[in-house]
Amino acid sequence: MKKDIILAGVGGQGILTIAATLGLCAVEEGLYIKQSEVHGMSQRGGDVQSHVRLSDKPINSDLIPTGKADMIISVEPMESLRYLPMLNPEKGWLITNSKPFVNISDYPDINNIVAQIEQVKNHIILDAEQIAKDVGSPRAANIVILGAASPFLDLDYGLIEIALKKLFGKKGDDVVNLNLAALKAGYDFAMKNR
Amino acid sequence: MQKLLLLGDEAIAQAAIDAGLTGIFAYPGTPSTEITEYVQKSKEAKEKNIHSSWSTNEKTAMEAALGVSYVGKRAMVCMKHVGLNVAADAFVNSAITGANGGLIVVVADDPSMHSSQNEQDSRFYGKFAMVPILEPTNQQEAYDMVHYGFDLSEQMSIPVLLRITTRLAHSRSAVERKAVRKQNELKLPSDLKQFILLPSIARKRYKGLLENQARFLEASESSGFNQYFDGSDKSLGIITTGIAWNYLMENYQDGEVPYPVLKITQYPAPRDMIKKLVDECEEILVLEEGYPLVEELLKGLFSIGLKVKGRLDGTIPRDGELNPNIVARALGLPDTYGQDVPEVVAPRPPAMCPGCGHIDVYNALNVVMADYSGGRVFSDIGCYTLGALPPFNAINTCVDMGASITMAKGAADAGFVPAVAMIGDSTFTHSGITGLLDAVNENSPITVIISDNSTTGMTGGQDSAGTGKIEAICLALGVKPEHLKVIKPLRKYHDENVQIMKEEIAYQGVSVIIPRRECVRTLDRRMRAKHLKKEKK
Repeated sequence: MKKDIILAGVGGQGILTIAATLGLCAVEEGLYIKQSEVHGMSQRGGDVQSHVRLSDKPINSDLIPTGKADMIISVEPMESLRYLPMLNPEKGWLITNSKPFVNISDYPDINNIVAQIEQVKNHIILDAEQIAKDVGSPRAANIVILGAASPFLDLDYGLIEIALKKLFGKKGDDVVNLNLAALKAGYDFAMKNR
Repeated sequence: MQKLLLLGDEAIAQAAIDAGLTGIFAYPGTPSTEITEYVQKSKEAKEKNIHSSWSTNEKTAMEAALGVSYVGKRAMVCMKHVGLNVAADAFVNSAITGANGGLIVVVADDPSMHSSQNEQDSRFYGKFAMVPILEPTNQQEAYDMVHYGFDLSEQMSIPVLLRITTRLAHSRSAVERKAVRKQNELKLPSDLKQFILLPSIARKRYKGLLENQARFLEASESSGFNQYFDGSDKSLGIITTGIAWNYLMENYQDGEVPYPVLKITQYPAPRDMIKKLVDECEEILVLEEGYPLVEELLKGLFSIGLKVKGRLDGTIPRDGELNPNIVARALGLPDTYGQDVPEVVAPRPPAMCPGCGHIDVYNALNVVMADYSGGRVFSDIGCYTLGALPPFNAINTCVDMGASITMAKGAADAGFVPAVAMIGDSTFTHSGITGLLDAVNENSPITVIISDNSTTGMTGGQDSAGTGKIEAICLALGVKPEHLKVIKPLRKYHDENVQIMKEEIAYQGVSVIIPRRECVRTLDRRMRAKHLKKEKK
């Protein structure tokens, strides 16, 4: 088992929560993991990415080579495209939120962005905010995205549930259940639209 | 032993706690901040009463750590690469005094300047000070090397430099802990003159340091951290330093490199091992995360009789961090590509947070400065440096901590009046106070805006040394009370703030304006914590 994943978004959008969940999955499953993060200046509303590498064999580089990522998981549509040079052009999956995060004055026409995403061979695009709202977890859009990515992770779905329970356990059962519902909603969307 | 999933920074912190640390000292700076934060949040560290409060700057941190070492206890001091410039006086001289209790100086370099103004390589500082340097390859090695580094420091009575770079500092991996060691007892140095660097004593100490170089080298050859791996194809020999090893091995997934490889993680550079590689191989490829330190060492001035490839001959780009692809190309291995970034993608530079007080300061300042010719706002290191970008385009300089005040003074001394300095509260106490004293002593016609958000914002909201004391500091330095103005940077006070700035900038002497409003991030965090507390009750 070997999965190289780029997490993408804008500083403050919660990609590190996705990273932490994957990290807990790795620990639970006894997998090797390397997960690089962005701290410092870019966190101030700039583009941020995290390289997450999971494997049953030891991992060398903290960075994924270009063209070798198995997945881009993005909580923002334009940001998902920024890392296309990293994605394996044949086998890679791009899973992204469709809801733009507009904090720049020259944000492009969202239709042009969606058109580009649809040109990626394997992709899932979903309105994670709306789906999160629909299942009563408006703050868990990032977990909806993780759910949509889950069928392609080569990780047991139950494992991700265990990781979320661990991650949010301190905040009480309600928060855990809202996140589990968000995960499921994302998963269902991906299974229907893959 | 217990396994933890830790950032490189956190692995260093956990190792220090486990190795009997008594105090950690630091000023926040990306990518080093999380080392100290980890100790601050650690329950174990609290139980063991380990000192972990922030220092005012890297120099005070380095000196306090040296004080802990002086009394025989183990200390760690952490900083980003440019922080070592600030601490350099203490650092270089600490090699002459030597250490008593184990002393590790952790410096996190930032090649590619993800969050920095240069990409200087701290190994040169280590070499300059003539202290042993450790440069771990991964999180586990970082953990192990802290234990080793404290022992080495005590055995050799010398501070040890631990150098990491961004990708190790901010990457997480599993780390296995070692047995926990007790803190040292208080014990003064056997020679109580050791730390008195009067010329007569310093000369002796320096000779001792020179003599000790052979011992440091011997440690490099025998510690086991530097490793030689044989290979059947002697047409090339490879040297990696620090995390370059990972990028090399990424290109040989089966773990078998056809060429001999020397993995360097400890300095002085291991002479015998390098000699063996050079003797065996036709040419040498040097892979270094940082400046070409080992490469220059091998090449000499004329590269006589030895073919060395690396950053100096263009095999590797001269600047920036390494990655697996750069190393693949250097080895002549097939490169891998994804698709290009579509043209529709717009850059998304970092920006000040919505609601940030610095924004209101710039909105007012820009109105005032529109009355003058351009190029008059000297700024500094912090979130407000983002005022250089549109839509503000409000500042003209950003060089080093504190340089706003002193550069404005220099410009005014040269007849460029008015000159304005824009600095944050934490940067002001870090390195701005002495510059303001210079300006006061000459009554230089400058206006200093200390934009006070009561935190160290850019690095994530750490305590700021001057919180609640900024006016008192300015007045004590001799700033005239009638030219010290505290304002509230809010949109509703915009016109009033413009008026105050206008008057003070027109004043022909030192004036200080302190726009004060808490950082929106720390405010948000505080409110959430309060809310959570209420819920629990």
